[in-house]
Formats: sequence, C-alpha cells, structure tokens
Amino acid sequence: MSTKHKVGWAVVSVLVLIYALFPVASILMTSFKAPADLSSGKFLPTQWVGENYSALFVGSARDLFLPSLRNSIGICLIATFIAVVLATLCAYAIARLDFPGKKLILTVALAVSMFPVVSIVTPLFNLWRQIGLYDTWPGLIIPYLSLTLPISIWTLTAFFQQIPWDLERAAQVDGATTWQAFTKVIVPLALPGVFTTAIIAFFIAWNDFVYGIGLTSTEAARPVPAALAFFTGASQFEDPAGAISAAAIIVTIPVVILVLLFQRQIVSGLTQGAVKG
Amino acid sequence: MASITLNHLVKKYGDGFPAVNDVSIDIADGEFLILVGPSGCGKSTLLRMIVGLEDITSGDLLINGERVNEKEPRERNLSMVFQNYALYPHLTVYENIAFPLRLSKGKFSDEEIDRKVRHASSTLDLDEHLERKPANLSGGQRQRVAMGRAIVRDADAFLFDEPLSNLDAKLRGQMRTEIAQLQRRMGITSVYVTHDQTEAMTLGDRVAVLKKGILQQIASPRELYEQPANLFVAGFIGSPSMNFLPAHVRGDVFETPLGDFPVPQQAAGKLPGDDRIVLLGLRPEHFEDAKFVDEAKVSRGTTFDAEFTHTEWMGNEQYGYINYQQDGNVKAKLDELAQDLDGDEMHPQIVVSLDATSRIRGGTQGRIWIDTRRMHVFDPETGQNLTRDAEAGAELTREATEERKAEIDRARQQLAAAG
Ligand SMILES: Nc1ncnc2c1ncn2[C@@H]1O[C@H](COP(=O)(O)OP(=O)(O)O)[C@@H](O)[C@H]1O
Ligand SMILES: [Mg+2]
Repeated sequence: MSTKHKVGWAVVSVLVLIYALFPVASILMTSFKAPADLSSGKFLPTQWVGENYSALFVGSARDLFLPSLRNSIGICLIATFIAVVLATLCAYAIARLDFPGKKLILTVALAVSMFPVVSIVTPLFNLWRQIGLYDTWPGLIIPYLSLTLPISIWTLTAFFQQIPWDLERAAQVDGATTWQAFTKVIVPLALPGVFTTAIIAFFIAWNDFVYGIGLTSTEAARPVPAALAFFTGASQFEDPAGAISAAAIIVTIPVVILVLLFQRQIVSGLTQGAVKG
Repeated sequence: MASITLNHLVKKYGDGFPAVNDVSIDIADGEFLILVGPSGCGKSTLLRMIVGLEDITSGDLLINGERVNEKEPRERNLSMVFQNYALYPHLTVYENIAFPLRLSKGKFSDEEIDRKVRHASSTLDLDEHLERKPANLSGGQRQRVAMGRAIVRDADAFLFDEPLSNLDAKLRGQMRTEIAQLQRRMGITSVYVTHDQTEAMTLGDRVAVLKKGILQQIASPRELYEQPANLFVAGFIGSPSMNFLPAHVRGDVFETPLGDFPVPQQAAGKLPGDDRIVLLGLRPEHFEDAKFVDEAKVSRGTTFDAEFTHTEWMGNEQYGYINYQQDGNVKAKLDELAQDLDGDEMHPQIVVSLDATSRIRGGTQGRIWIDTRRMHVFDPETGQNLTRDAEAGAELTREATEERKAEIDRARQQLAAAG
C-alpha cells in the first residue's frame, strides 16, 4: 500500500471509530453526571460524581440491578454453552455426513432465526405461565436457544466445511481412530470457530430485551436489559438516565473482556497451509 | 513389504454409477504401479478403496494374501500422500512427521520418535524447517513434509494420489526423480495415481490405464506404447498422441485421405472384410521427411505427398501438421474418443515428426515417408487393436521386470556397501 492509501484508510477508520464510539462515550459521560446535571446540554459532566455507580451496587437501584446482573450472566452463559455444544455436533454432522434432510435442517434453522420475536413472546407468555416456566431461568434459556442455535449452526457449519476433509482422512491413514482424528485434528482446527460462535451467541442472548421483559416479572429471572426499564430516579420527578447509563456501562464490560480474552482464538486463517497454495 | 491384490473390485457411489468397475490387479511386493487415466476415471476412488477410506461395494482386496475389505484404514498399515498434502496446519513440521508415530501409543519411546523423524527429515532435506508451520512453507517443502509423514513409519506400502500435480513444472521433474530413487532405495510396494504422461512412463514398473472405472490395459510403459490394446490406450499414452487415420480396406491396400498405403505384413489376415473401414494408428515419429530417410529404409515404408498447414520447430525436433478430409463414418467415433481422452473433439489433422533440419514449411508440399511396419490397425466399432502382438508385448513387460529387478538389486548393494 502506498502512503496515500494508508493515510486514506487511517482517516476512514478514525471516522468510523468516532461514529461508533461517540454514543458509548456519551453514555460514559452521562453515567458520571449528577441528576441535576443531566439536562445541562454539555457533553462533559460539570462535576464528576460516582453516585450513579454506587446507586447500582449499594444504593437504591441495588436490589434491581445486582440480581438482574446475576440472571443475565447465568442465563446467557448456560444458553451459550448449550447452543455451542449442540451446534458443534450438528454442524459437524452437516459438514461431514450425507444424510437425508440435511438441507431441511439448515432451512428450518434459517426460518427460525427469521421468525419475529415479538409475535412469539405472547403465546410463550401464556404457555410458560401454565407449565410453570414463567419467570424462571429455563423459561429464558429455552427461547434464547431459539435465537442462538440457528446462527451457531450456520456459522459452525461454514467453519467445519472450511476444514479440508482430507485432514481427517490423513489422520485415519496415519493410524488414528475416528475419535482421535476428531480430537487431535478437527477440534484444534475448529476451536477458533467455536469461540467466535460462542461469543456471537453470547452477545445475542445478552442483548435480548423482548423475551427478558415479556417472560419475567421479578428478580428471579429478570435480565439486565429488562431491569433497566424499571429504573426510577430517587424521586418521581428525577430522571434515572444517570443510573441507566452507569448500568449500561457495567454490562458492556463483560462483553469487552470476552472479546479481549478470546481475541487470539478468534483469528481466522488457522487452516492456512493445510492444503496446497 | 507387501503384495496387494485387487480382485474384481467395484465401487458404486450413492447414485449407482460404478466409479470403479470390476478392476483386478496383482501388485507384487516391491512393485511400483501407476494408475493413470483422464480425470474422473476413478483413480482416486480405487486408491482410497485400497487404503480403506472408501467402502468396497463388491470384490476382494487382499494385502499379503489376507482379505482386508472390512478393516479400518489404521489397521491396514499403508501410508498415503494426498494430492493436497493434507498437512496438519496446527502442528510444526516435526510434529506433522511424528504424528503417525505418536498415534501408535507406547510403541515408540520419545528418543526413537526423535531419531526416526530426524532420519526422515534429513532424507528429505527438511532439517532446517522442522520447527516451522506448514503455512510458512513453499509448495515443494509441503510436498516433502507429506512424504516425510509417509516414510517415517514402516508402512507396508505407499499410496500416492497425484502428489506432484500442485507443483510447477521444474519442481515436479525434480520431485519425480526423488520419488523414483526413494522408492527404489526402500523397495516398498507403491501405488501411484497420476494423469501425467511423463510420471506414468518414467516412474512405474507397470502402468494400469483406466477409463470410466474400467481397466483398459496393465503393462510396462513400453508395452503400452508399442502394443496398445485399444484406441483409448493408444490415444492416451504418448505425447503428441497417436494419429488415427480412417482407411477403407481394398484388397491389399488401405485407401486413406492421404493416399493409398499397402497393407503391411503385421496386419495381413487380421483385417475385416473388403470395403470395411478401419482406423490406422500412426505415431508422429513413424513419419519422416522423405529426404532424410536412408535408401535402405525407404522400401520398408510408403511415401506420399502432402500439403502442410504449419510446422513447429522445437530445436531438437520439428512437428508438421497436415489436414485431411474426415470420413463421416468415423467422425462420431473419433469425437467420442477425444471426449474420453479429456479433449473436446478430434481435429482431422495428422501430426508428423520431422527432422529438425527439414525445410518443409507451412503452406508447402512435402514428401513424407511412413514406417508402415510400426502402424497399428484399429476396429473403429470396438476400438480393439487388430494388429496387437500380445507375444511381443508380454516380452517387453518381461524385459522391463527383469531390468527393474537388477536395478533394485544394484541399489540395495550400493546401499549395503555405503551403510
Ligand atoms: N463421494 C462421491 N460421491 C459420488 N460420486 C463420486 C464421489 N467421489 C467421486 N465420485 C465420482 O466417481 C468418479 C471417479 O472419481 P475419482 O476417483 O475422484 O476420479 P479421478 O481421481 O480419476 O479423477 C467421478 O465420476 C466422480 O464424479
Ligand atoms: Mg483424483
């Protein structure tokens, strides 16, 4: 790349970054503003206060926020784990085996992921109340699976299809059992794909609002996005925006940590060099 | 060390099409067998059936006389080099080569593994690259790593699936020599799949020619070249390929678009009745510019005049091209043959080899001599070679086998003397 190109790309990248990060910065600033400061119309707080954060962990919003944080983390981790395990097995079968109904599974998965969430939440609400899943963790994990499984199956299938089948065959000829070929060759190569999928699945579950608000009623299962809607100011006339912003910042942190943690695993192109080229 | 026997092997895929159809071959211990044929003819399928990656629909596969149809690949103790190398991208070159040894748990100590890997890597010039990952290697180096993984353990036989087809021409020539020498030194039974003429002719003791899953002929390269069993083998082996000239049988002359040729002695009595059409198989080197033919030789062939469309001078030789009017009766047959051979259609054109100093040029008339004694005559309907001398062919293969034995013995003696 010429210098001119590099400068061009740098400028574009900076613009995109500003566009993407400005709202985050704005929320971050708001989270440090005192209630009286909220309508100041300024970007920076006139006075930096930590009371929004303390409200979340020790103050008025504590009973609303902490249980919901626990619910969100627990429910999303479980849903992600189940989705990834099921999707890995399913995708491996789809990529490697020839069986009738293969296309059907993929099509149905796609159809499920297209289905509008709002149209299903009301029937689910009634059903869950009757069978006792309303306001429970499984009551959210199950619908979250319907969100995370299809995309996990699709991304993992694409990933497995990228791994040359000959690698597995070569391992078998080299003396491996089917299971050894899977664990010693396929799993190490598929790991980046599994991590990427896990993170995508986790985000989808983490960001859900409609199921969260529709299928829960107490802190027994209510996730953070739904809980935010129940935040109130100290008085009826006080704007809860400060506390909501602080909560939004807090829930972003696990996401950032996840991405940083698995950044190395997400690098694609590990399969390079397996075959000619 | 192993002999491999294929006994009426058939492979039908899901759609019922037989990709390999009733193939029987006896591969002797230490033999280098080549499977050759146009793409899609079932070479890889046959190889994968031998190694155990593909189920056998019917027939028997024997290794050292023992039926192994139902055995898993890992129980057959064969090693294979894949067309795309199939190196494990997450492992270093060292670990790639050590992989088969590490799988046979408890059989080798770490020191033994290290010794074997280093021996293989020095054999293949990979010593400097042991700690690198396959992604950082050149095509030739990857190819060698794949070879290393195959030779590191004491497999009963080597199977190669077009191992050189991804290399450039120069490297291919070099690796071809290395493979030939390696196999000769180790004396291990090998089956080598290729669609490359040169590899087929130079590497193998015997070459098996496949067409649409059916074995056409299996013989030494020389027998295939000089005594082909049918049109397909004749057209497939040799480059530039054999010319097929339609001819009507009129008593003891062939009436061809290039003129009348007397029926040569080897065809006498083997031809169909009068007026029937046959195909004359003439290799480019059966022709010569008449000016360059010895007096003594002229009488053994026929001369005729032809107009050349163009010539190609290659330095050490020269090719001339002659167009002729295609006979409608054989056009369909020849086009079908061309399709089978990977081409599109057969041009009504004769390629002749001329002396490099010949002055014949495109657009001029030239006087050409044909060595009719070496001509083959094919039945256009069945494709059979009517003039094939099975006796002479078998003799060629016998000679090749003996030469080869002597060669292996010499190599082993040298090895023993050196070691
Ligand atoms: N897994 C498969 N399923 C169905 N047909 C196949 C499969 N593999 C190969 N074939 C068919 O079998 C024939 C032989 O294929 P292959 O052995 O790969 O040929 P070659 O190696 O000689 O090019 C081809 O017609 C191919 O389409
Ligand atoms: Mg092939």
